[in-house]
Amino acid sequence: MIIEPRPSVSILRAGLAPVWAILFAMALCAVLIAWAGGSVLTAYGLLFKGAFGSAFAINETLTRSIPLIFTGLAASIAFRAKFYNIGAEGQLYAGALAATFFGTGLVTLPPFLMIPFLVIMGALAGGLLLLVPVLLKTKLKVDEVVTTLLLNFIVLLVVGYLIEGPWKDPMSLGWPQAASIIDEGVLPPLLAKGRLHAGLILALAMAVLMWVMIRFTVQGYEIRAVGNNAKAAEFSGIKVNRTVIMTAMISGGLAGMAGVSETAGLKGYLTLDLSPGFGYTGIAVAMLAQLNPLAVVPAAIFLSAVYVGSDAMSRAINIPTYIADVLVGVSVLAVLCSVMFSQYKVRLRA
Amino acid sequence: MHPVLEFRGVTKRFGTLTANDAVSLTLDKGEVLALLGENGAGKTTLMNILFGHYQADEGEILVDGNVLEPGSTQAAITAGVGVVHQHFTLAGNLTVLENTTLGTESLWSWRQDNKGAREKLVSLAESYGLAVDPDAQVSDLSIGEQQRVEILKALYRDARILILDEPTAVLTPQEAERLFATLKSVSQSGLAVIFISHKLHEIMAISDRVAVLRRGALVGTVATGETDSAKLAELMVGQVVKRPELVPLDAGKPILELGGVSTPGDGATSLHDVSLTIHAHEIVGIAGVAGNGQGRLADVLSGLIGGFSGSVKINGAPLAAGSPRDVVASGVGRIPEDRHARGVVGDMEIWENLASEDLRAPELSRGAVFINKAFGVSRAEQQIQEFDIRCEGPFAETKLLSGGNMQKLILARALSGQPSFILANQPVRGLDEGAIAYVQSQLLNARKRGAAILLISEDLDELMALTDRLAVMSHGRLSEALPTGSRTIAEIGLMMAGQSAEQQVA
Repeated sequence: MIIEPRPSVSILRAGLAPVWAILFAMALCAVLIAWAGGSVLTAYGLLFKGAFGSAFAINETLTRSIPLIFTGLAASIAFRAKFYNIGAEGQLYAGALAATFFGTGLVTLPPFLMIPFLVIMGALAGGLLLLVPVLLKTKLKVDEVVTTLLLNFIVLLVVGYLIEGPWKDPMSLGWPQAASIIDEGVLPPLLAKGRLHAGLILALAMAVLMWVMIRFTVQGYEIRAVGNNAKAAEFSGIKVNRTVIMTAMISGGLAGMAGVSETAGLKGYLTLDLSPGFGYTGIAVAMLAQLNPLAVVPAAIFLSAVYVGSDAMSRAINIPTYIADVLVGVSVLAVLCSVMFSQYKVRLRA
Repeated sequence: MHPVLEFRGVTKRFGTLTANDAVSLTLDKGEVLALLGENGAGKTTLMNILFGHYQADEGEILVDGNVLEPGSTQAAITAGVGVVHQHFTLAGNLTVLENTTLGTESLWSWRQDNKGAREKLVSLAESYGLAVDPDAQVSDLSIGEQQRVEILKALYRDARILILDEPTAVLTPQEAERLFATLKSVSQSGLAVIFISHKLHEIMAISDRVAVLRRGALVGTVATGETDSAKLAELMVGQVVKRPELVPLDAGKPILELGGVSTPGDGATSLHDVSLTIHAHEIVGIAGVAGNGQGRLADVLSGLIGGFSGSVKINGAPLAAGSPRDVVASGVGRIPEDRHARGVVGDMEIWENLASEDLRAPELSRGAVFINKAFGVSRAEQQIQEFDIRCEGPFAETKLLSGGNMQKLILARALSGQPSFILANQPVRGLDEGAIAYVQSQLLNARKRGAAILLISEDLDELMALTDRLAVMSHGRLSEALPTGSRTIAEIGLMMAGQSAEQQVA
């Protein structure tokens, strides 16, 4: 088998790559569904209905996409600079810790100040958490994949300690959770019914902001140049380390905002199950979006729909919800492969 | 009797590009065949097909009349094909003997037959005059010696067809002479040799026959005795391309002044007390074997290195060391050694790469935040036209450019600002004749308008033709820059090998 580069890649071919990948992933999961004894059409029908079939379902899907947009953006921006931040999960919790620390009574401001204040504090916390790995990388060349990944567990243990100990809400009837965010700091709901909250507006604004930054600004140019060819970037006068550090701060900040949004928008208080791995799924979102900040939004909504829909599906027929993880995982792998196929062609040896 | 090697109608396509177009060629026992062609003419592709790295789309290769299994390196080695690549494939931490036997022994044998191997190696070395110590560690050897080990490695595997890909690119003139002597003795003992090169005088010196490739097609095979360099050049290029000539100009005021520049470290790649002055209207060349400090000097002058001692002045003002953008702003144009690795960001658009050096200048970005794309694109359009960059336009991806056009992009970026000092590090390496002539004429134009130019090159012919004064770099030390022509090629070669002028006299 011989792999050769295609002489040119059409925009259509590149744009359709994720679509083919998702169709491929669904076909593969169809086999698993049939194997588990379900009807494929019924299962996918239920999945779709569960994700988009009612106002409530759409509301849930969008709600669940909010943290994924944030973490997807976090991964997109960092990966653009070839800084592999695998620690969005930890940065999310760092943001949640900051929201809890400042938002449960320590500071009281009117809502129009309180909410931005919490968002900024959460973003700072997420960024600062990433400062250690990024400095280790730029100063000592320590691999950031390892440090950011391992920091996730440290942060989770800290959260566990705080909500079981000093920050435990005395009113929680013994549940390990922190005190509630004060009313001034709660992100207002967007609709009369359902859980959708103002975090969505912030997430969409961030997606647009990141897109503008990447495409139209000097900083975005420098991030792309450093990620694509750090030596050429350095030669042309871009401060490579400074750019990587700035990128990491933005990435960590976005993940931190996810934590604020979940704590102050959805749950109202910090628990250990605040995130079922949004930080990791964000990487899948970024890959599906091919690191394009605007594409992160549909990618996040798609993955959110898969998770929400598969919950509904598994309640209705006896297919485990793990099918959602398989679908997401295969989709990402398939996207990575299909991107390669859009740039290279494979010829079988005669 | 069959020829040792025969290509029959070998065709290889990459997409729309035909790298080899129905190439038919034979090689006889004891013959040295030179394969001549510009970069991108298909020499390396043809050899890669022979060696099994690629598979031909059409045609076949015969060794001793038997068809060689396509796409199999193992089959090629078994058939007796040995390759000495331009970049050596030696393990520096192993000895000569270990490198030679590496890969020839069965993984299942429980002990190494060192004695037999040593005897074979020593006898090979003796019979071909390839003197090397079998127990020397390869990293301690000079480049010329390492190349001998590569040749021995091929002979040890009983190669009967020896292929050398641009073997002199890394050698001093004296080492090249020695290589030629080796090749003569190897071919006299019955081996067939293919010598790949684009240097005409070498081909005239060493080969029996010359096969010329142009744009993938074999345009001619001539006996070396019945041709001359000029005819070969015309065959290779298709038309006569005249390289620009240096017209004498009076040097102006000093532009670049280096005084006792040293960089940390005492290795051969660090600078030791380097002093040099280049005046307006002057091109000064630096000759030297790669890895003798030229790269470090270029880094200092490019503004990449801040930590050095001594003084560097441009137009009398100290260089903004360590800040490439300030260096560029102070009137320095930089052509980096490796255009792919350092010159451009391949995935970015052409106009973006043209804007990379002055991205934060006021006309290109308002408040160093939003890029003034309209300005960047319109300037790129002008530069594309002025420097004749063949491309689909300013929005094309830079990695799609050919080598020559990529170099034109770098020239456009470096020269548009009318710099007073130009650092040209290997500016024509890997380019075809047309592009070489273009780059050189641009440098000469800059000299004419009053720029001072430092030309770093490993090609002595280029330096002899294009420089006013020439200095030699060896082990991080720079000789005095004397008028070009006041030293012979042989003298310069000895200086490249590390002998000073006094030692030569003694």
